[in-house]
Parts: sequence; C-alpha cells; structure tokens
Amino acid sequence: MAGSQWELPPELCCRPMAFVALTGLDVVYNAVHRAIWDAFCANRRADRVPISFKVLPGDHEYPKCRTKRTSYEWYIPKGILKTGWMNKHLNLVPALVVLFYELDWDDPQWKEKQSECATKVEIVRTSLQGRNTKVAVVLIQKKTPLPPGEDLVASERAAALCNACDLSGKSLFVLPHTDHLVGYIIRLENAFYEHAQTYYYTEIRRVKSHKEFLNKTTHQLLFVRHQFKIAFFSELKQDTQNALKYYRTAYSLVHELRAHETNMLEIKTMAGFINYKICRLCFQHNTPLDAIAQFRKHIDLCKKKIGSAELAFEHTAWMSKQFQSFGELFDEAIKLGLTAIQTQNPGFYYQQAACYSQDRKLQAQQLCQSGVSLPTPDPLETPTGGLDFYGQRPWRQGHQSIDPPDPEKEKAGILALQIKERDVPHSELIIALLSNAVAQFKKYKCPRMKSHLMVQMGEEYYHAKDYTKALKLLDYVMCDYRTERWWGLLTAILTTALRCAYLMANVKDYITYSMELLGRASTLREEQKSRIEKNLIKVLMNEVPDAEPECDPSSSTAAASLWNDRMALAGSNDFTIEVQDYVPFIQCKARFQSPSFHVDQPIQLQVFVRADCPHPVRFNKLAVSLSNQEYNQWCVVESSGQENMCLSPGATRCYNFSFVAKTEDVGKKIEMTGIEVMLGSETGRCVFLSWRGAGGDAASTHEALQAIRSLRHRGRGTEGRQELDWDSLTIQHSTMIISRVPKISVQLSHQPPALNNEMYCINFTVQSQEEAVARDVKLTAGLKPGQEANLSHTTYVTLNSSKVCDDSDPALLPDIPLGDLNPGEKMERCVYVKCVSTGQRVFLFHVAYTIDTTVEGQQINCKCHKDETVNIETVVPFEVSVKFVSTKFEPLDRVAVDIPFLLMTDLLSSSPWPILLATSSLQLVTMTSKTAQLHSQLEQVVLQTGECASECFCLQCPPVANSSNTVATGQYLISWRSPLVQTAVTLPHVILETVPLYIHAELPSFGRVRESLPVRYHIENRTALVQEVEMAVEPSDAFMFSGLKQVRLRILPGSEQQMLYNYYPLMAGYQTLPQLNISLPRCPTTNTHTLRRFLPQRIFVKVTHKHFEVCIYTLTSGSTVTWYRISDDFSTAVLTDLKLVRQHPPTLTSIHNVWHKKFFLSRMT
Amino acid sequence: MAVCIAVIAKENYPLYIRSVPTQNELKFHYTVHTSLDVVEEKISAVGKAMADQRELYLGLLYPTEDYKVYGYVTNSKVKFVIVVDSSNTSLRDNEIRSMFRKLHNSFTDVMCNPFYNPGDPIQSKAFDGIVSGMMVQPS
Repeated sequence: MAGSQWELPPELCCRPMAFVALTGLDVVYNAVHRAIWDAFCANRRADRVPISFKVLPGDHEYPKCRTKRTSYEWYIPKGILKTGWMNKHLNLVPALVVLFYELDWDDPQWKEKQSECATKVEIVRTSLQGRNTKVAVVLIQKKTPLPPGEDLVASERAAALCNACDLSGKSLFVLPHTDHLVGYIIRLENAFYEHAQTYYYTEIRRVKSHKEFLNKTTHQLLFVRHQFKIAFFSELKQDTQNALKYYRTAYSLVHELRAHETNMLEIKTMAGFINYKICRLCFQHNTPLDAIAQFRKHIDLCKKKIGSAELAFEHTAWMSKQFQSFGELFDEAIKLGLTAIQTQNPGFYYQQAACYSQDRKLQAQQLCQSGVSLPTPDPLETPTGGLDFYGQRPWRQGHQSIDPPDPEKEKAGILALQIKERDVPHSELIIALLSNAVAQFKKYKCPRMKSHLMVQMGEEYYHAKDYTKALKLLDYVMCDYRTERWWGLLTAILTTALRCAYLMANVKDYITYSMELLGRASTLREEQKSRIEKNLIKVLMNEVPDAEPECDPSSSTAAASLWNDRMALAGSNDFTIEVQDYVPFIQCKARFQSPSFHVDQPIQLQVFVRADCPHPVRFNKLAVSLSNQEYNQWCVVESSGQENMCLSPGATRCYNFSFVAKTEDVGKKIEMTGIEVMLGSETGRCVFLSWRGAGGDAASTHEALQAIRSLRHRGRGTEGRQELDWDSLTIQHSTMIISRVPKISVQLSHQPPALNNEMYCINFTVQSQEEAVARDVKLTAGLKPGQEANLSHTTYVTLNSSKVCDDSDPALLPDIPLGDLNPGEKMERCVYVKCVSTGQRVFLFHVAYTIDTTVEGQQINCKCHKDETVNIETVVPFEVSVKFVSTKFEPLDRVAVDIPFLLMTDLLSSSPWPILLATSSLQLVTMTSKTAQLHSQLEQVVLQTGECASECFCLQCPPVANSSNTVATGQYLISWRSPLVQTAVTLPHVILETVPLYIHAELPSFGRVRESLPVRYHIENRTALVQEVEMAVEPSDAFMFSGLKQVRLRILPGSEQQMLYNYYPLMAGYQTLPQLNISLPRCPTTNTHTLRRFLPQRIFVKVTHKHFEVCIYTLTSGSTVTWYRISDDFSTAVLTDLKLVRQHPPTLTSIHNVWHKKFFLSRMT
Repeated sequence: MAVCIAVIAKENYPLYIRSVPTQNELKFHYTVHTSLDVVEEKISAVGKAMADQRELYLGLLYPTEDYKVYGYVTNSKVKFVIVVDSSNTSLRDNEIRSMFRKLHNSFTDVMCNPFYNPGDPIQSKAFDGIVSGMMVQPS
C-alpha cells in the first residue's frame, strides 16, 4: 500500500489501556479456565475498568530490559521515538502478570502445591528481570470461601504461600469457581487495575528521573521522547488530564528542535503524532474548541516546513494526512454526541485534505519524471524491513547531523522516493477525501459547497480517465449551477464535460454540451465558440470532430479512433435531445395569436426561432405538436430545395401556421405539447432538438422577467424598434376554441318583485339576426344552477299557465324545442315561476341552435348559444297574525275545556300591489266551531299595500283524551290572486286547562232603570265529585235585587244548578253588576276570582223607555258649535258620533261632568 | 485589501465579480458561490422577527486555508462578498465593514441610475472604480 507511509500507526490511534498478562490458564483444554478467560474478555463495556488482557504461557519470554544507563554524558540519541516503543508498552510489556493456580486451602497435597506455585512465580519473575512489572497470584478454588477471619487454616496457609512466593498479601487472590464467576472477576480486575496503575506510576517516575542527567545541547531529542513517554504512560494509567499536559509540553519541545532538511520529516512526523494525541484528548475531554485551536496552531507552525524541495510532495501528503486525521477525529467526536455547525464541521478538513492531495499530485507530476529506473540496491530497503525511529530516512537511519552523510546515497534515496510517489493513485485518494467531504457538507446544509466538491470529484475522475463517472457527477451538478445562473462556473463544467464526451466518443452528450457551450449562457470567447460550432457541424455530418484542446495527445488519439468506429457504425444516428432544461444555442418560443379563437375563425400560431452561435446554422425541419394530433399536419415546415431554413446569428425568424379547428373541439383547449427542430440531415446525423410545451429554456423565464422590468422602466417599450425584442416575447402555449358568436337577441320582460307562492310570469322573446336559418332552437329556462342548494327545492318552473306548479315541476326546464328560426323572425314564450321561499334568485335563459357557415372555404356546422340571466327577488305577499281571546275579548293565554272562545286573524298586506282575496277558511283539528256555517268574511276583498283584513271565529275545545295540555288548532287557508293560490297558515297551539266549576250567566243585553232585570246563573259541576258551593251576592249601589243573598248548595257530578236573581237597576249607563262571591270548600284552588272571569262584569242600563230623554250638548271646538241630539239609543249615538273613548263608554254622570249644558225635553216623537 | 469582490443578486446569481487577475478566476467564483451557503443560513437564522434590526454585515463567513470570506447582505437581499488573503492579517474587522459600506453606497448609486435595470449585471464604471480601489493592487 503506497499511501501507508503517511498513515498514522494503529498503536497511536488506539486508546491506550493497561496491559495485564494472565498466565497459568489453559483456555484450550480446561473448561473452567476457558470460562474464567471468557468472563475477562466478554462484555467489556465502558463500565468495566480499561484493561487489555492477554493469556500468555507461564514461561513466556517478555522483551528484555536493556541495562540501565547510569550516565547520559556520552550518549547521543539517534532519533526521537523508536517505532516499536508504543507497541511494546501496549502489547508486550505487561503492567501486571497474574499467575492462575488451582489450589484449595484444604488441598491434601498442600505442601507440594505451594512449592510448585512458588516455582511458577519464580519463572515469571525471572523473565521479567529488570522490569517493574508486578506479579500476582490467583488461586482457583472449588469451594466457596468462608468469610474472612473465620477460616483459620486459610489465613495461615495464605500467609505461608505469600511467604513462599515472596508476594505481598495484596497480590494473592482467591477465585472460587462457583456461581458468581462474573462478580468475582470484576472484583479481581479492579484489583488488577490498581496494581497496573501503581506500575505505570512508577514508570512515569522512572522516566522523569532521567531528566536531571540530560543537557540541552545534545539531548534535545530526549526531552521530547521523555515527555512523550510520560504522557503515554499517563494515558495507560488513564490519567488523561496529565497526559494532555505532557503531550502539550512534548509538542512545544518538538518545535524547539533544530530543524533542517535531514530531520524535517522526523520532526513533522512526531509533531503530527503528538498533535493527534492532543486533539484526540481534547475531543475526549469535550473541549472541541481546544482541539481546533491546537490543530490550527499545528498547521500554522508546520505549513512552511516543507523540507526538501525535491520531495515537496511529501510535505503536501503529510499536510493532507494531518487534515484528514483531524477530520476523522472530529467526525468520531460527533458520532459520540458532539454537535458541529455549518461553518465548523469535519467537511472542511476533508476538503482541505483533498486540496493538499491535489497539490501533492501536481507536485508529483512535476517532480517525478517517468522513465527513470529504480537505483540498485534499493535505498529504501532496510535490514529489518522497517525503520527504527519514526520519520527517518531508510538510507541514513539514526543520522542526526545537518548534512546528509553521503550525497550520492541521498540522491538515490530521493529518486527512489520519487519513483515510489509516481505509483501512488493520487486521484483515488483525492476522490475518497472529496466524497468524505461531500457527505459532511450534505449533513451540514451546504448544497453549494457540496456541488463544488462534486465538480472537483468529477474533474478528478476526468484526470483519472474514468470519463463515465466524471460525466455522471458533472451532469448531476450542472443543473444546480444552471438554475442559479452562475454561467461562468457552468461554462467551466461544460468544458470539462465536453472533453469527457469527446474522449468517450459519446455523440449525444457531445452534441448536448456543444449546444450549451454555443448558447448565450456560455462565457466562452467567440473563437472558442466558433471552434465548437465547427466541430458540431462535423459531428452532424457524421465526421470526426477535432480534438478538444487540453486533452493529452495520447487520449486524443484513442478518442479519434473511437470516433472513427462510431462513424462506421450504421444506424442509430438519430438523436432527440430534450433542450428545455438546458440553455441551447437555438432558442425557440411559440405562441397562439390569441388566448381563444371562435370556431369560425382560423387558429393562428407563430413559432420564433433564433440562434446564438457565431456562424449561421441550417436546419431542416420545424414541427409543432399539439394536444390534438390531427392538427399537427398543419404545423410543419420542411426545407425544400428553394426554401432556405438558415438562422443567422442573433436574428429572429418567425414561422406562421394557421388551421381550422374542428367543431368537436369547441369548448376544448388546444395546447402545444412540443416543438421539434431538426438539425443535420438523414445522410449524416439527425438531431432533433425538442422543447416541451411552447419552447423556452432554463434561462428564458428570468430573461422575460428582466425584460418586463426594463420595459416598465423605459416606459415606451419596443414600438420604435423594427425588430422583435426576443426577451419580451411571451409564450402562449394554449388556446381555447370557443363557439361562434350568436347573432340573436333575447329579451325578458317581467314585473318584479315576485310574490311568494304566486305564479310569476316571465315573458321571453327571441329574435334572429342570422343570415341563415337557425335550426333546432332550444330553450333552457329556469333557476341558474350553482346557487344555494335549497333554492332548487323551493323553485318550480312551468310553461303551463293553467295550473299552479307543484313539487313535480323542476327548477330548470331543459331543452325546450322551439323549432327553426328564420332570419329576422321573432318568437315569444311565457315562463311561469313559482317560488316557495323568499329571497334573490338568478334565472337563466339559454338559447341554443345550430347554423351552417363557411370558414376559409370549409363548410362547418356550428352550434351557437346565448345566455341571458335575470335576477328576481321574491317577497312575502301578506303576513297573518292570529290571537285567541275570550268571549269577553280578553286575551287568553290558555283555553278552558268546553268553554267557547274566539280566534281572531289579521291579514296584513305587504305586497306592492293590491291583492284580491278569494276566500278563506279554517281547517280545524281538535277544535269545533260554534258557528254552523263558516262563511268567509274576506271573500272578494281587495287589500291595498299596508291594509289589514281581520276575521273572527268562535271556537270551543272538547276535552282531550291524552294528558298533554297543548293542542293543535289547525290551519288557516287563504286563497288569493288568480289563478288561485292557496296559502296555508298553521295556527298556533293552545294550552288547555280544565275548570272544576263552570259558571255562566243568562241575562238580557241591557236593563232599564227601575225595571226588573232577571239574571240566571248556571253553575255546572265538571268534576266527578259532589261539589259544595257557597254563594253570596254583594250589595251594590246601582242595583237592588231579590233572590238568595247567601246560599250553600251541593251540586252532583256533571249536573248543574241554576240560581235566579231579579236585579233592579237604579242608575242608567254602564253599571257594574252586583258581585257574586263563590267559593268551593272542597276545591280551594278554585276561588271566586278564577270563576268570576266567566261572568259579565257590567251591564248597560237604559233610562225608562216611557220618557224619551233628549240631551243636547254644545261642544265647543274652536269657534264652531255643534249640536248633538242624544236619543234613546244613547250609547250608539255616543259611540258613532262623538267617537269617544271606545274602551270606556261614558256614563251619563260622566257626561254631566264633561259637557256644559244639558236640556231635558219632555216627550219628543 | 481584497483579492475578490462580488455582488450577488437576491436570487443568488452573480451581478458582479472581480478578482485579482494573478490568480485563478474560477477558483474565486467557486469560493464566492460556496460562501452563499453560509449567507443563506445566516439570513434564515436571524428569523423574521429580527429582520428589521438585522445587522447587514455578516462578518467572517468561513475560513479556508488561504482566504477569509466576509459577507454583507442589503435589506433587499443583495449580497456582497469580499475575499481576503488569509496571510493579510493587518485587516481589521472595522476596515472590512467600511469596505462593505463603501461598496453598498456605490451599489446604491448604481441602482439609482435610471438606465440600470435591477437584476442585470453591473457594468458601471464608477462602481468598477470603487471596487478597484479596494482590491489588492498588482505590484
């Protein structure tokens, strides 16, 4: 792996964990040992202590410890850090060796086993000679141990064993092999961990102790090495805070080293390692800003440390790796919960890494000439196969002076490195980094950055000669740049894409990209465009195009042969290119002359074509396809011999088409579905440029918008210019075919408003102004559809005036045939409408007919129609109010059973014109009428606006079987207007009540002064019980009376009692009758008051008829004196002539008080 | 001093881009174009409520190894982008701000020109002059 030189060593990138070796375990054949080992290994989650365990045989040879140096005086270090050191402490030198030994406290062969154990401990100790590694013994026991202190044998033997093995009591453990293995193991490993920490602590102390022997001139490398080691041991000890501190010191020390060309790589390598550790720990401590700051510092410090100019690619490779590994650390931290932002995410580091890799590639291309062979022996070979120290040159390991020891060897070495670099798959590396970056930028909402990187990837694929992938990527992003209108960038991408297409001899793509590069969006210079156009014409003629510049010659030759092969290939030389989403060099816009055409007009269509390329371009065919394909034949133009279909640059050509629409298409839309322009010819290659709809491309919408803006600014648009302004040319991609304009007149006459329920007449007149016979005239009349839903249920339309509409009539009468209409002829119809509810309605009168006509010599049969609507309001003709009153004309809120009462109706006209009432009637449900014949009082009455007609009915309510106390009354039917319209008014329900006792009086209509006035009271018991009644008559000033003044009587159920009184009036006029006091002891709820309402209160008493009394009053009203004669029929005189207060007819006495003079005349005849 | 100055329309297409002729022009186009990601994000992050009091100067958009990219958005969402060489540490934030202000003033003059159609590329000589004054002078 060529890139591996720059990979960070795995031992650097891992998390250091204390290394503990387990010996004495036979994990292959011993099940118990296997179980113990599994318990150590399995489920090492974050909550377990960080230890890496390894099973080693008891007699394993650990790396030998070199003899301790007593003096550093003559010691010159050969490098900063040995390549094996980290691995040694991670995987080879344990912090603790644990010896597992099966021994129970009561083992019969205790002595022998104890000494065997001691021997094993001794073997381990020997192989760890000179190291501070701890040794511990674990006794695997079959028995569960007793609690500490209870087992005396155990403690005694433990002490003995410790003694024999030279162990401290803390290093001897017991592992009972019972149920709770995992629990014991966790306790064990915690103890191991403590031992390991002590070990690393002593190691740190040991390294620190060297410091005093060092001097700054010769031992600079050791300062770095020791700090690094301390830091690394601290990490092993899991003391990351201190580790970070020591790494930071190491980092500053590494930059204090004297740097020169020979050790630059070593310094950078170590700086990179330490930087990696620092950043890693910073992320681990959740201080990402520290990590970023450290990295920035690192880069700033190292950026300029290029080292040998001949190996400049090494520096860029190293830089790239720095960015990449930081990006990976960052990404890893994000996966562990860190949040990154748009402007600070791993993508930037990957991108920068890619950027350095690109530089590396360029440098490698410059520095590594091909054709040089590898010098022998290979200077990169080392005896061990690897390096002793990180970042040194294989041919001069350990060399630390400024100048290379052997210039020849140095040259050979550099050459070897250059040759090696030549084989590095740079593009692969770059693409991998770029795709990493793309993934990151996608995540952090940077679509443009992503596109940019994808362009770079595409270009890299192009360089790597993977043209298919390159095109795929470039094609994908092109559209973004196109929609954002970054033409410069688009042109650059297209240029690369065109090269790819050329090198692959991909004809279709080649044409597509050429077309866009020739178009107005391209920022190429004229001469380049001219070159591309010439190539395009060659391709159209099925020839080999010239090579694209900047393609390397070998690829171009290969491409040329591919093109030749392609040329030889017969057929498949027709290409259709959808250009709508590009900005092609031929622009096309089409429009219908009008958004709608009448069917008797020819449809006109214009297609504008324009070329933006530097040279004139010829095309052979222009075709418009329409939604109805039958019209397509009219919209084609082909180059015939004479007609020159040539587009000169910048000039607009217009093609006009016109055709006659089919009558079936009336009411339909005709759309342009596409436009095709054919370039080339059948003999060479045919390229169909195809636009969807009515042309336009990716840029034209914006251009049109800008054109509108500029027109608005300039006020006077393009009228002055002869030529069409291309940009402001608008597309009209569809047109409507509408029916022929009707030449008839429709008139409606009527008299609004309509009255509710009446048969409203609308007079409809149609007159033809056609020059031919209008055939099949049909009328559709009625409620216009699409209004409120319930209107259609409350409106009825008919042509029949003889009967009233009902539910069977529709709201809309469709297609009433009216026959043919000759030119100038007139036709009339009456349409009757009945509206059951009030409100506004729109009525539609639709007249349809057919007529023959000619368009451009073609005979067509057109359907015409004319709509007329009328808005009619419906109002209520009259309002009916109803009230219940007693026979005394007192308003009733409830009605007593079997007792007559009055129903009064008022009919108030609100119609704007007189209403003739035909008749009215009652339809009673429960009630019965007291009057035998119900002759309407309203018959033939004419009501003017605002007038009121009243009726009065005497009704009685029989007892109702069911218990409900409200009873339906019935309906009041009014017939009015001619033809007769009947309006039904539902009468209100009444509340019924039953009275236990009914009393009514039988008395004359008037009395006379000093003449007997017999009054008979009928008392009915309406209950099923015997009622006891107490009656008393109160004395009155106006009457004397004879009869029982006070009586107590019994009335049997259903029977009645009569009481006869002879009243004798003493005064004339309205007199209050003597009050009757009635009480029912058995029915206390019914008192005098409730019963009294059935009785008359007053009676009119006339003067004695023997003497006429004539009163003449003078009434002064202004200066006039009017004489009134008050005759015998006094009351009527007063009521009719004087029109006094009706409610209170005056008594004589009150008249005395009011009027001034009074004459009594005796005897007048 | 700037190495590239760009004016970007509301719809994110370039109205004007000038870069130092010594370096790859295309690279600056890409730099300006990609910086629009950050501009868009910053504009949308401000939210509608704060739109009125929004600071026009967006500050450093993002750092690259070689360049610093600064952004400025007018109230009509026209963006100005100034790219400065990273090695040029003498430029302070205040100076960048005043460069943007100057640019904005000059842009306003361009917009006031009755013959300029908003949305068209800027071809004003006066604007060109102002921009040239802010660019790194070829030495």
